[in-house]
Amino acid sequence: MSNNVWIIAEQKEGKLKKVSFELLGIGKKLAEKTGGSLSALLLGQQIDKLTEKLDGYGASKIFVCDSEILANYSNEGYTKAIVDLVKAHNPAILLGGATASGRDLFPRVAARLETGLASDCVGLEINNEGLLVAERPLFAGKVLVDTLIPEARPQMACLRPNVLPVPERGSEKAEIEKVAVELQPQDLKATIKEMVKTAGEKIDLTEASVIVSGGRGMASKENFKILEELAAAFGEGAAVGASRSAVDSDFAPHDTQVGQTGKVVNPNLYIACGISGSIQHLAGMRTSKYIVAINKDPEAPIFQVADYGIVDDLFKIVPLFTEEVKKLKAQD
Amino acid sequence: MDIIVCMKQVPDTESRIKVNPEGTGIVTEGIKYVMNPYDEYAVEEALKIKEKFGGTVTIVCLGPDRATEAIRTALAMGTDEAVHLNDPAFEGSDSFTSAKILAGAMKDMKYDLILTGKQAVDFDCSQVFGCLAELLDLPYVSVVVGLEISSDGKTTTARRETEGGMEEVIETPLPAVIAAQKGLNEPRYASLPGIMKAKKKEIKKIDSAALGLNADEVGEKGSKLKTKNFRLPPERQAGKKIEGEPAETAAELAKLLREEAKLI
Ligand SMILES: Cc1cc2nc3c(=O)[nH]c(=O)nc-3n(C[C@H](O)[C@H](O)[C@H](O)COP(=O)(O)OP(=O)(O)OC[C@H]3O[C@@H](n4cnc5c(N)ncnc54)[C@H](O)[C@@H]3O)c2cc1C
Ligand SMILES: Nc1ncnc2c1ncn2[C@@H]1O[C@H](COP(=O)(O)O)[C@@H](O)[C@H]1O
Repeated sequence: MSNNVWIIAEQKEGKLKKVSFELLGIGKKLAEKTGGSLSALLLGQQIDKLTEKLDGYGASKIFVCDSEILANYSNEGYTKAIVDLVKAHNPAILLGGATASGRDLFPRVAARLETGLASDCVGLEINNEGLLVAERPLFAGKVLVDTLIPEARPQMACLRPNVLPVPERGSEKAEIEKVAVELQPQDLKATIKEMVKTAGEKIDLTEASVIVSGGRGMASKENFKILEELAAAFGEGAAVGASRSAVDSDFAPHDTQVGQTGKVVNPNLYIACGISGSIQHLAGMRTSKYIVAINKDPEAPIFQVADYGIVDDLFKIVPLFTEEVKKLKAQD
Repeated sequence: MDIIVCMKQVPDTESRIKVNPEGTGIVTEGIKYVMNPYDEYAVEEALKIKEKFGGTVTIVCLGPDRATEAIRTALAMGTDEAVHLNDPAFEGSDSFTSAKILAGAMKDMKYDLILTGKQAVDFDCSQVFGCLAELLDLPYVSVVVGLEISSDGKTTTARRETEGGMEEVIETPLPAVIAAQKGLNEPRYASLPGIMKAKKKEIKKIDSAALGLNADEVGEKGSKLKTKNFRLPPERQAGKKIEGEPAETAAELAKLLREEAKLI
């Protein structure tokens, strides 16, 4: 058994996910503590060009699994490729991102390796015994807990995106090892037929650095346009979210719901407009670095967690605030 | 079509959760327990499929005595049978071990489809569907917001929510495991006759011995993932209320975000 650390570098349509770099950053620190090396695992088709993008973050080796069968993500295909490689090299720690694919994939990988998996972690450390300690939120962040995998290997965890920093880049290069993937199309029972866009090009809420969210106070779907304009004023990395009431009233799509039964998000800035701040909503956004609340009810619980609050009609404030943001952005 | 729905009982999402003084878990007194919200979508979907194809819907629930109440709710919604995996030895099982217990119970059951929720809103692991499918050597689709069964009942087409407003359309042969996401359907309420009927239905109890599992293969002992140091996250402090006319407050907010928070 080694004391090496592996991370899965996730790419989608030829673009590396930001969490891959966050994983390299923490992976390097963990490997320094365990005294092992850091490796990255890259899966997909025609992804050679991506390896150099991973250089300089502390990985001494990049395993590349390039195959037509891995062109699209599938839990069956990716599990087979990863498990074969893990069994051949026995890393002590295997980390991935708690992304849409990661959260789908890792349960199967962990089960096949008969090891434990800490889902959706917000902190990773090595303790005095050299074991990985993963900090995870439970009850949508109402409680925190430490998890350990004392015996089974590898110790697996997936890291929530946007929690840890992307490290500074160095100049060292990683060794590339191309891995032959032993997979046939018939190994996959589930097949992707189609990818459907349900909305325009938008970034995922869990990866957004600014979220402008609307609640029942938005009163209609059309009114969400003012939130989109505000998000656009913040530029790249900003997205529009919603409370469950807004989603259930069809003001906003399902995949934008923030909260205990929606997405748990932690942007740098969360702007809640016409959201009362129910316990379920707070559970999904209370770890945001800054929270702004705009609500006409001074007693709304959202103000108890807001860094900045404005008690007023959101339809007056939001458009004016959008203009102010644009003005400041134009100064840069 | 014979369908199994995996259902867990969890604290109501309204609950304020407290941690016990030893930090080994949460305080369970005073908590109202309910069916896991995502499992409601799984139950509803199973009932809709049954209405179309006929067959049976069986609830499989791993949990302590109190879980009987959630099982009764599922029966009252219209499910046919229920299996309750209940043994003090099961307590503290991690996702993999829970899946092992659930899979153990399914060994002797007939099924064409297994429905689960995408996540149990207590420990938020989002793993059991995948571990279960792996143990049963089945395909799975998670975070499913749309489901069609082919007219011959042999395949399903599932719409899986991914990221950034994208969905994957995935076809799998049956049997398969499907993990439900909000948006899949609108769960029905139990009808009064349903509630009356559910009271009389038999719930089949299974313990670890019946599954041929040793006490140290299950529960906290048998689990690979250990938890410790349960704690509450730091409280957030209420911040500044910005007062004045709209034009002033909007400008002040932008200024604070730039100068104090350095976000603009
Ligand atoms: C099982 C379960 C799971 C749930 N999960 C979630 C979840 O994941 N996410 C979630 O958000 N909720 C969830 N909920 C619902 C939650 O309990 C609340 O009902 C919901 O969050 C309320 O949404 P809201 O704040 O938009 O609406 P309300 O509570 O109705 O608040 C609307 C607010 O808008 C303000 N307002 C109205 N007009 C204006 C205006 N012109 N200008 C300024 N302010 C205005 C009002 O003062 C009010 O405070 C869940 C509930 C259950 C039972
Ligand atoms: N104890 C349990 N009994 C029955 N089903 C469960 C249990 N735990 C998890 N599940 C199922 O697996 C899904 C995902 O749960 P989890 O992996 O714990 O987040 C849930 O929505 C349930 O459908």
